[in-house]
Amino acid sequence: MQSFNYAKPASLADAAAALAKAEDGTLLAGGQTLLPTMKARLAAPSDLVDLAGIAELKGISVSGGTVTIGAMTRHADVAGSAEVKGAIPALAALAGGIGDQAVRNRGTIGGSVANNDPAADYPAAVLGLGATVRTNSRSIAADDFFTGLFDTALNAGEIVTAVSFPVPQKAAYVKFPNPASRYAMVGVFVAKTASGVRVAVTGAGNGGVFRVPAYEAALAANFSPSAIADGVISAADMNSDLHADAEYRAHLVAVMARRAVAAAG
Amino acid sequence: MPTVSMTVNGQTVSAEVDGRTLLVEFIREHLALTGTHVGCDTSQCGACVVHVNGEAAKSCTMLAVQANGASVTTIEGLSEGDDLHPMQAAFKDNHGLQCGFCTPGMIMSAVDLAKRNPNPTEAEIRKGLEGNICRCTGYHNIVKAVAQGAAGMRG
Amino acid sequence: MNDSVAGIGARVLRREDFRFIKGRGKYVDDMVLPRQTYAVIVRSPHAHATVNSIDSSAAAAMPGVVRVLTSKDFEAFGGLPCGWLVNNQNGDPMVEPKHPILAEGKVRHVGDPVAVVIANTKAQARDAADAVVVDYSELPAVVNMRQALSNPPAAVHDEAPGNLCYDWALGDKETVDAAFAGAAHVTRLEFTNNRLSPNAMEPRCAIGDYDRSNGDHTLYTTSQNPHVIRLLMGAFVLSIPEHKLRVYAPDVGGGFGSKIYHYAEEAIVTVAAKVIGRPVKWTSDRTEAFLSDAHGRDHVTTAELALDADGKFLGLRCDTLANMGAYLSTFAPCVPTYLHATLLAGQYKTPLIYCNVKAVFTNTVPVDAYRGAGRPEATYLLERVIDKAAREMKIDPAEIRRRNFIQPDEFPYQTPVALVYDTGNYEATLSAALAASDYAGIAARKAEAKSRGKLRGIGLSCYIEACGIAPSAVVGSLGARAGLYEAATIRVNPTGSISVLTGSHSHGQGHETTFAQVVADQLGQPIENIDIVHGDTARIPFGMGTYGSRSIAVGGAAIVKAVDKIIAKGKKIAAHLMEASADDVVFENGQFKVAGTDKQIDFGSVALTAYVPHNFPLEELEPGLEETAFYDPANFTFPAGSYVCEVEVDPETGVVEVCSMHASDDFGNIINPMIVEGQVHGGLVQGIGQALLEQAVYDDNGQLLTASYNDYTMPRADDMPSFTVDHQITACTHNPLGVKGCGEAGAIGSPPAVINAIVDALSELGVEHVEMPATPRKVWRAIQAAKK
Repeated sequence: MQSFNYAKPASLADAAAALAKAEDGTLLAGGQTLLPTMKARLAAPSDLVDLAGIAELKGISVSGGTVTIGAMTRHADVAGSAEVKGAIPALAALAGGIGDQAVRNRGTIGGSVANNDPAADYPAAVLGLGATVRTNSRSIAADDFFTGLFDTALNAGEIVTAVSFPVPQKAAYVKFPNPASRYAMVGVFVAKTASGVRVAVTGAGNGGVFRVPAYEAALAANFSPSAIADGVISAADMNSDLHADAEYRAHLVAVMARRAVAAAG
Repeated sequence: MPTVSMTVNGQTVSAEVDGRTLLVEFIREHLALTGTHVGCDTSQCGACVVHVNGEAAKSCTMLAVQANGASVTTIEGLSEGDDLHPMQAAFKDNHGLQCGFCTPGMIMSAVDLAKRNPNPTEAEIRKGLEGNICRCTGYHNIVKAVAQGAAGMRG
Repeated sequence: MNDSVAGIGARVLRREDFRFIKGRGKYVDDMVLPRQTYAVIVRSPHAHATVNSIDSSAAAAMPGVVRVLTSKDFEAFGGLPCGWLVNNQNGDPMVEPKHPILAEGKVRHVGDPVAVVIANTKAQARDAADAVVVDYSELPAVVNMRQALSNPPAAVHDEAPGNLCYDWALGDKETVDAAFAGAAHVTRLEFTNNRLSPNAMEPRCAIGDYDRSNGDHTLYTTSQNPHVIRLLMGAFVLSIPEHKLRVYAPDVGGGFGSKIYHYAEEAIVTVAAKVIGRPVKWTSDRTEAFLSDAHGRDHVTTAELALDADGKFLGLRCDTLANMGAYLSTFAPCVPTYLHATLLAGQYKTPLIYCNVKAVFTNTVPVDAYRGAGRPEATYLLERVIDKAAREMKIDPAEIRRRNFIQPDEFPYQTPVALVYDTGNYEATLSAALAASDYAGIAARKAEAKSRGKLRGIGLSCYIEACGIAPSAVVGSLGARAGLYEAATIRVNPTGSISVLTGSHSHGQGHETTFAQVVADQLGQPIENIDIVHGDTARIPFGMGTYGSRSIAVGGAAIVKAVDKIIAKGKKIAAHLMEASADDVVFENGQFKVAGTDKQIDFGSVALTAYVPHNFPLEELEPGLEETAFYDPANFTFPAGSYVCEVEVDPETGVVEVCSMHASDDFGNIINPMIVEGQVHGGLVQGIGQALLEQAVYDDNGQLLTASYNDYTMPRADDMPSFTVDHQITACTHNPLGVKGCGEAGAIGSPPAVINAIVDALSELGVEHVEMPATPRKVWRAIQAAKK
């Protein structure tokens, strides 16, 4: 890890100011991805702005059919939250399956969403539920937020403050973990809402998390695994690596989607 | 250089450190508590697990400055003198260790697991230890140890 | 034997555990010497390149940097030696290129060390390492073994233009070919034995220290055999005589073979400490471990089995390409030859065997012995081809093995591949394994699984291994450049406490407990009075260390021999004290007794007399009670057993779940069943890991794709079931404890059992083979291919 300046502001405004001032600054949330990346010298920010001191970024609230989770809320808190379990059990289960317990005790939703790792779990829930990402300057719809591998609609200096999830009628997330890293090799989030069905896939696509319109249409007509029994998606846009080639990933997307629909009930 | 202060195994410690100092480096090199180990670079192996404010954390994936003001427990702080914590005793009773290198992190994770789930099934124990890699034991006796240790912690 | 609870056969809890569970283990990286510096090694990012220049001026000027060393600083020293010479079929010696400490003009694998940066802190050294500028010209990388020989893109070493290290064979090809010509059935199988990274959880670490006042070097290192390192590094690399070099391996966090070898970093810190006049520590990180610890396995093999109409084996013929990597590691050449081909008789009476092995240089990390070392490859070869033959001939896999077993009354048994098995009972372990795993009831379990959409299968494997390496004269005739005895000193202290100094090294095996059990048993003393000392060349007698499941069979035997000498001397002292003839003194339960009388004297009194010799036969006996013994085994030991694995395959995803694994082993007599079972459990997971999860993968450019735990699949707790194990016993006939060794069996016997179970599950689809590791992708692909 290379040297950096460290700041731990107590307010969002101070955090934004610290970031603006830095030559090549980065926000530090839970650090569960950033710190290993810095240790491997794949990232060498000049400044780390630690968000852990900003109280308003933490916490979970449920109101009016929306679950809002503060950006610095840890995976373990979401997984263990009675409110989240009651409103969107699939979201609590997803959070409880990220990394391992020690990682969940540090990692945060804001960090995960802002990093947009193509194999992370949260982006599937954000896109699959049609959530809204709130920042210190605006609200961004999930469909507009994820723009590519490790890329989002966030502007330089913009800070994710919370994610608001509409409560679906039913939802489930089923993951096929990479056997080595335990990240999602394929993860499918399926949600049925009053306005339709959304299917979001993480881990598989070579452009990051994506929706599957064909599945959504078929499931809107008939929300059962049989509705997508023959629905193999194209392998052309799938990732290929030593654990799974594109064709196998495309196949797994179909299998995990069916299992997610079955799990959603 | 930033100053960090924290409570480690009940003792208040304070030091000036390079900002990039990892919590595990602070524990091992500044405090000479060498029971906490480093077995990988990618936050996978769990040899470095300690408790931060009572919860398991991978001290290789945390800056010392992030633990400023926190209460940290390492394997050395789990029991006093010749005493053994019930989880430590269970690892010995069940031959839950061989080379001993993963053992401190494994025990710290197991204690965290048993605190959250006092009566875990075998499947829950195995899932709960997914962030701790052991190359010697094949996990068989570790799983037995954690079950016994959890029972001991229930009292 | 003593029947005290701490003696042989008792499940004594480990005495070493307290320090480990309290966080008080003392591993090399836990040590901090006064004025210690830190070394970071600049390693090649290329698989194959010439090094045009190294500019370390910017690095040397960075904060905290003490020195930057390059190959010029090591010109006076030798290369890292290879400890085993294998000859070609034509009698010529293998090609043995120099393995320099730091690359000399050319790098030959990603991770090859190029320069060393030494600084006051590790962070400073790491920062400065990035500032060392190395100018490379890339060369084509040699990765694929077949291509390396048939159409080499380059020569890894000029001495071996075709990348062949040796072409070796065992057996008479013409006779074997004739057996095949007359066979009723021939089964053929081509397969890869996947390359593995050992991954002891403690990364390697070395600290060099030098005392200018007396010229003494000390090397603290993560080693399985400190005396071997002292000999190899002192005599062959750095020209430091033994009395000026101490090598100390304190607590070592696992080895599995990877910490046998003499590595460049040990020589680097030893040299550097003298150059800068301060201690120098190097600690590997995990990615560095993947790029510098010797890998294991990596064979490409074709095997053919000839059978008569009844399924009796007539002959076995195999060709293996064995990857040596870029340089010959310490014992690399013997692994695919003398530890592999000689095991190809297995538990069977195959009359004729021929094996050709070609060892190949590639631009990859050196390959050497990893838990099992050659024997897992032999077992996999044999147990897979036999299983395939059974399926083709429609004979039950257990039955075909039984028809060919060497029978208990046929020992000692001379195999056609040089070994003489002393004892065994293969039916006993097979029967026990089949009963414990309800082999007969598999049909019902398959049907039940099918009702859930799963495919269930059962597979077995009957392994043999040659352990307790080794008779020095035998291995010497086969090219070993070392003897393979073991040494022990029993030092009885004046008050009767006992220090046992052993050349064996414990890095997880529990010697501090089992060796003490042996001594407690033999001397009738409480285990608390016995200490086991190992790992420090300054304290222990010259010994060969721990690998190849040899510690109890060879090191334990040396201890027994030394104990025998203690008892013999004790009898003379006791006879003097009791005014009897030494011939009349017997030693039982810690008491020297005059046979047929009630006269006795305890062990402690004899010890005290030996050191306070006021009433002592000084004219015929020296004072003191300390004896050393060297034990050179008469033969290998031959642990054997049968493993049964049951799996369920999810045909939709290709995921394989190991439902159960039963191990029935014959390790001869057992000192501590608890520790033996633990060794089996650990071996099983490494074997199942090889079968299902693990592989070190290089791309075509020689980049290691699996250089962290994000890509190299380590077995985790939730990948594995709990196991059942049992022991059948035929005592080894040629060592004093009747023991055979247990450290590697689990890793040797389990991989073919897993693959045989998967093939059994998929056989209804027409699948005949799945390569290791049988990852979900590979299993799914096999199912898709069979559907077409």
